[in-house]
This record gives sequence, structure tokens and C-alpha cells, in this order.
Amino acid sequence: MQLAYIARRFGVFLLIVWLAASLNFFLPKLSGQDPVRTKLLESAQLGGYVHAGLEDMVKEYDQRFGLDKPLWQQYLTYLRATMRLDFNYSIANYPRTVREMVGEAVPWTVGLLGTTTLLSFGIGTLLGALLAWPGAPRWMRWLMPPLWALHAIPFFLLGLILMYLLAFQVPLLPIFGGYSAGASPTLSLGFVWDVVSHALLPALSIVLVATGGWALGMRGMMVTTMGEDYVTFADAKGLKSATIFMRYCLRNAILPQTTALALALGQILSGAVLVEVIFGYPGIGALLFQAIQENDFFLIQGIVFTVIVALGLATLILDVVYPWLDPRISYRRGD
Amino acid sequence: MFRYVRRNPSLAVGIVLLTLLALFIVIGNLTVDTELARPLSVRALQPPSWEHPFGTDRQGRDLLAAMVAGTPLTLKIGFIAGFLGVGIGTVLAFVAGYYRGMTDTVIRGIADIGLTVPGLLVLIVIAVSVRGGLTVNEMAIIVASLAWLNPTRTIRAQVLTLRERGYVEVARLNGMSGPEIILREMMPNLLPYLAATLVSAVSAAILASIGLEVLGLGPLESPTLGMTLYWINFNAAILNGWWWWWVAPIVIILIVFLGLFFLTVGLDEIANPRLRQSA
Repeated sequence: MQLAYIARRFGVFLLIVWLAASLNFFLPKLSGQDPVRTKLLESAQLGGYVHAGLEDMVKEYDQRFGLDKPLWQQYLTYLRATMRLDFNYSIANYPRTVREMVGEAVPWTVGLLGTTTLLSFGIGTLLGALLAWPGAPRWMRWLMPPLWALHAIPFFLLGLILMYLLAFQVPLLPIFGGYSAGASPTLSLGFVWDVVSHALLPALSIVLVATGGWALGMRGMMVTTMGEDYVTFADAKGLKSATIFMRYCLRNAILPQTTALALALGQILSGAVLVEVIFGYPGIGALLFQAIQENDFFLIQGIVFTVIVALGLATLILDVVYPWLDPRISYRRGD
Repeated sequence: MFRYVRRNPSLAVGIVLLTLLALFIVIGNLTVDTELARPLSVRALQPPSWEHPFGTDRQGRDLLAAMVAGTPLTLKIGFIAGFLGVGIGTVLAFVAGYYRGMTDTVIRGIADIGLTVPGLLVLIVIAVSVRGGLTVNEMAIIVASLAWLNPTRTIRAQVLTLRERGYVEVARLNGMSGPEIILREMMPNLLPYLAATLVSAVSAAILASIGLEVLGLGPLESPTLGMTLYWINFNAAILNGWWWWWVAPIVIILIVFLGLFFLTVGLDEIANPRLRQSA
């Protein structure tokens, strides 16, 4: 039963990988022309210093996708290349490959997003649980309105405001990039602090907004859970308040919250992309922005595929962990 | 009516914020010359003054005129995409939720998988694949291409619970046809819920369109709010101390999102009265 569940989730993951690759292949074709080729030739006509690389690329592109071959063969070739994570050269940064550039950006985004998502999910869930709990301190009620308001704002908008307040008005934090221009990437305390301080503003703009969302969701779930009969019964048995809070309410309310996390990952990532753009943070988002500005189609495809697959993987992991959080799930089939 | 709004403060806040926004657009369009929203029509980079209450940007656009002309464009993208999304979503949700079976499995599968994929990235690939600059209407269509996923999912869940209610059962036993039951029995009961879904879909569509625009994939010629943000980021207006450039669009975007958010919460409360106890 357990194995079937995991196998099914893995099937969904494979489906996502296949969809992402097909999306990259078919969408450009839908517009009737071949934008990749047009763009390559356009830049070739502009001439200049990358000319040699471009000709290589056009040749490689023609050859690889065998534009004389039928569509399904082109498709299979493309799928095979994608499975090897081979997305060709970057059009604008020849001779660098897309894989290499994406590989450099991924750790930044994973670090930023991993930390902020865990932090906001943890703090938000706990906060939301306390907000619904009658025994929580009084002052916590004052947190509700700002949490609501923050929750409705896009990450990057708060980022702009924070940038003005904490980096321009009061120059506390660095405003741009992943580390100082002169710093050499060594494993020294100074450099680590440099990286952390550059990440603080982007992280803050994500955490402040996202925490509100998790807190609101959790609060709603707690209110429902606290109305359940088993909580009343536990109370009547004279269990300690802390036990009821942790083992009866929080334990149950956290389940839908985890499902929500799996569903929200895509949205969080979409938002974080813009935060990176605003702060010039050297992750996937800023690279994507650069690729769009430079019309670097291969780079865009590589990024989109990598991100969709990475998120699919994260969702898969959450799905696999979920039965361990909620033992009931493995006995149930279908949903 | 007013009594109810007083008991539902979220709804009141949402309505007030959006009314303010509507007033700004209407009065602005009556009094401000929106031709000044074109580049090179006024002196560049002027701080606010009597002549230019919101100041001017680096391309020589009057920012008040740009806001007056651009806010409706951004809202238009949101409304077109939101309506299309909820429209398509409602149809799919009823087909899936009411008739179940294979169709349901397929529709639910697509919606579930589609939602785990970061929408902005898919929209980027679509926008890049469409050649040439986009118009505002094309933006709306592109955003709408994913806007139906969330409505489909949430409305389907509602349809599933409605389906088992007594009055639907009675209608079925009375020999009502499927479409008739959906339109005459279930639809009216879902209206408040559909309204809340619509408002949040509009909000999500605006967010997606602004995201595309900030990345430089928007209608470059139009003064939409997102394009203004793009130019702010492009010219590093914050680092250069041109505060008036970004204050106006940010405040307006905040009002849009907060207004739509509180309206959604308020409508949710109408749709699901049980929430009232917890508020």
C-alpha cells in the first residue's frame, strides 16, 4: 500500500518532467515560426564579436533538431537532450553552456528560498496556532491586522519599500547583489557575513509576507480543530493545556497546512523570482531576467525546465513525507 | 445592507479601498490630460510640484497622467483574465464535479499538476514565444491561459459537496436534467462563492501580469502599473533617490491588492457563514 502510494506520486513527478520538456518544445512552435532560429539569425546579422559562436550554434541547432526530419523525431531528440540536462549554449554568453550558468545560480536560490520558506512556515504556523489559542498572551491579538495586510502584498513590492527604508534612507544593509564586488569567495567569517548580509533584505521581504499567509491559514485550521469533540473530551479529562495545544490541536491542524505548503511552492518561487530581480540577487530569478533582456531563448528554456523539475521534486518529497505526518493517509486510496 | 457591512469589516475595508481607486480613475480621467503619459511630453525627473503633483519620470512622462492612464489598463488585464479564468474554471468544475468519472479524473489531474508548476515561468515561456511586443489585450489572454487552474480546483470541491445535498437529490428524482440542475439549483447557491473566487482570480491575474511586466515582457508602449515598476527598476530609481517615481505606483498597487484581498475575505464570509464565529 505504502509502495503503491509512493509509486503513484513518482509517476506524477515523471509526468511533470515530461510536461515541462514538452512545454519548452511545443510552445515556441505554436506561434507558427521558430523564434529560436529567428533570434539566432537576427543576432548573427547584427554581427560583432559573438559571430563565430552563433554560426556554431545555428549549425548545432539545425543538426540537433534535424529541421528536415519529421516533428516527432525532432521531439524525441529534444526530449533525449533534455533528460541529459543539455540545453545547448547560452545564445548571449557563448561559449558558456546553459547548464553551467543555471548550475551557478541554483545554490543561491535554493539557499534563499529554502531558508525563507522554512522560517516563514515555521514561524507562521506557530504564530497562527497561538493566535487561535485562548491562552495566548493578549498582545498577540495586535499582530493580526498587520499580518493580514502584509499577506496581501506581493513579495517584491515589500522588497522595494524595505530597500528604500533599510538600504537607502538608513544605509544598514547592502542593496544589491549576492556579495560585495571586491570580496573573494573564501570560507572566512567575513565572507560568510558578507553573503548573509546581502541576503537579509531579499529574505526579509519574503519572510514578512509569507509568515502572514501561513499564520492566517494555520489560525483558520486551529479554530476548526479546537471545535472538535475530541478536544472538548481532552479538556474534560483534565489534560494539561499545553498537551491539548501541542498533541491535540497543533498536531492535527498542521496536516492541511503541510498540504498547503506543497501547493504554494510554485507561487512562492514565482514571487521570489521578482525579489531576486529587484535586488540583483545572483540566483535563478536574476539569471532569468538577464536571459529575457538578452533574448537568450536556450537559457530561458533551461531555467524553466530546471525550476519546474526542482519544484516537482520538492513536492514529491513532501508527498512522500506526508504519510509519516498523517498515518491515516496510507490506508486510504484515491485522494 | 449597511448593518451587514458593519458586521463584516473586511468587506467594508475592501469596498472603501476599491471605491477610492475607482474615484481616482474617474476623476483623474476627467481632469488630467492623459496625453502627458507619453514619453517626452514634460521635463524629465521633476519632483512633485503644483504643475506635476506626482512628479515626472526619466522618460519625461507626467506620473499623475501615467497613473490615471495606467491603472485602468492594469485592472483591465486583471478583469479580462479573471473573468475568463473563473468562466472556464466554473464550466470545467461543474463538468468534473457533477458528472465525475473519467472526465473528472482528467480535469482534476491537469488542475492539480498545473498548480504545482510555477505559473509565472510558464507565462514567461508563452510570452517569449509570442513574437513582437504584446498589447494589453494579448497580455490578458496570456495570463488567462493559466488563470482557470485555481478556480477549477476550488469550485470543483464546492460542487462535490453541493452534489450530495438533499435538494439536488430531489431535483434529480423529479427528472430534472443535469444542465438544468447545475444552472437552476446549484449555481444560485454557489454565487457568493463564485464572486469570492472571481475577486481572488482578478487579484492573482494582476499579480501575474505585473510579474511579467517587471521582467520586461509587458506592453512596452503602455503605462500600466507593472511597466512603470519595470522602468523604476531599470533606472534604479530607488538608489538614485527619485522617491516620487516609485511612491505613486507602489501606493496604488498596494491599494489594489489590499482592496481585492479584503473584498475576497468579506465575500468568503458571506459565502461561508461559519467563518463568522472565528473572525
